Amino acid sequence: MGEAIVITSGKGGVGKTTTSANVGTALALQGKKVCMVDTDIGLRNLDVVMGLENRIIYDLVDVVEGRCRLPQALIKDKRFEELYLLPAAQTKDKHAVSPESVKDIILELKKDFDFVIIDCPAGIEQGFRNAVAGADKAIVVTTPENAAVRDADRIIGLLENEKIHAPKLIINRIRHNMVKKGEMLDIDEICSVLAIDLLGIVPDDEHVIKAANAGEPTVMNPTSRAAIAYRNVARRILGESVPLMPLEQKPGMFTKLKQFFKLG
Amino acid sequence: MTAGKHHVIIKGVKDGLNFLLDDSCELAAVLDELRHKLESTHDRILTGPIVHVHVRLGRRIVSDEEKEEIRAIIGQKGNLLIQSIESDEPEPLAGTAAPITVLKGMIRSGQTLQHDGNLLYLGDVNPGGTILCTGSIYIMGSLRGMAHAGLDGDDTAIIAASHMRPTQLRIASVISRPPDEWGFQEAFMEYACIKDGHMEIDKLNGMHRLVLA
Repeated sequence: MGEAIVITSGKGGVGKTTTSANVGTALALQGKKVCMVDTDIGLRNLDVVMGLENRIIYDLVDVVEGRCRLPQALIKDKRFEELYLLPAAQTKDKHAVSPESVKDIILELKKDFDFVIIDCPAGIEQGFRNAVAGADKAIVVTTPENAAVRDADRIIGLLENEKIHAPKLIINRIRHNMVKKGEMLDIDEICSVLAIDLLGIVPDDEHVIKAANAGEPTVMNPTSRAAIAYRNVARRILGESVPLMPLEQKPGMFTKLKQFFKLG
Repeated sequence: MTAGKHHVIIKGVKDGLNFLLDDSCELAAVLDELRHKLESTHDRILTGPIVHVHVRLGRRIVSDEEKEEIRAIIGQKGNLLIQSIESDEPEPLAGTAAPITVLKGMIRSGQTLQHDGNLLYLGDVNPGGTILCTGSIYIMGSLRGMAHAGLDGDDTAIIAASHMRPTQLRIASVISRPPDEWGFQEAFMEYACIKDGHMEIDKLNGMHRLVLA
């Protein structure tokens, strides 16, 4: 029996879908059997970020309404043998499915997969309730902005109501130079307000945007700092203890030499 | 001090005798006098047929051992049969020792905690979270959300917090937006109260003057 993890945030645009795609792919990189489920019905994106949009035949709503069997709707990833996506419908809206029916599907998937990663839509309405219905655990994504932290706080409260306790936190899009100047909330501040365990910090990285447009998860590119961060997150989910990556860019060989001669 | 003041008064009632024991002196003194009265002064009255005795202790609260002691003294007289030893109901404590409820947890955005009376809250109140109380609110943690003390109009209520960074404070019908109106630097160990219709904020170490006043 696998584990279902919902990735949620409350606020839109903080990187839920990117995180889902990258955490799912990173777990597959670690050799796990993973299924990603997009519950953002009507505004599906996960298939686009994964570059699987043109392979969709059936979707989540088709499964719920009995037009196909669950395995028929699963799309196998281009890169990994054991990474699958259950896409959301684009033509319906959140009310097309009920929390109970999503729960049944997640239960079914948990039998075959090590991890079921559920991408939650923004907001706290029906879509949120659908997404969390079958989840065992939750990852809350936030960015270092007051608005995102407020919404994350609200979501943590709502997750408790849904009996999902102790969610984990990912802080996305950290800009080290702004934090250093005190223009951005720092990690300790966010953690002390939200009072949940930190699962990872992901630096702001242009490569994420480039990769998403190319339909290739960032995590595939080992030179990207965000990719390392997502790989670390996956390792922590698997129970490894990996230290948080330093936000400061390591100075290259050339800079080091320059500094050395200046001192001398 | 009047030497002649009786600590023990024996009164005859319909179904026997009432022993009224003074509650404003030490128990030992009462017991001495009780012993004295039984053995010497009232010796004669207290012999004869079986008499039912009710012991009234006033507002004095006694332990089981002390009750036993009273029983033993009166029991020396074979004809005295103790029916009851009773204290009056203690009056509810008033004033400074107002009851306070202790609750713990964390109030997150969108959550509301409402309470009747005074509240000691162990935990944080986050932005967007609300704590409502008819009495005073004492928070051991960070107050970053909204707190309303004296919900029913009690403007003597206060709000105290170990870390005071609220989005808004309300006491009775006075509303204050702390960051704009106070201009404080520090935020640790502070409390808010109403003075002349305005909300004031001060360090907690000055609060004893207010609460006891």
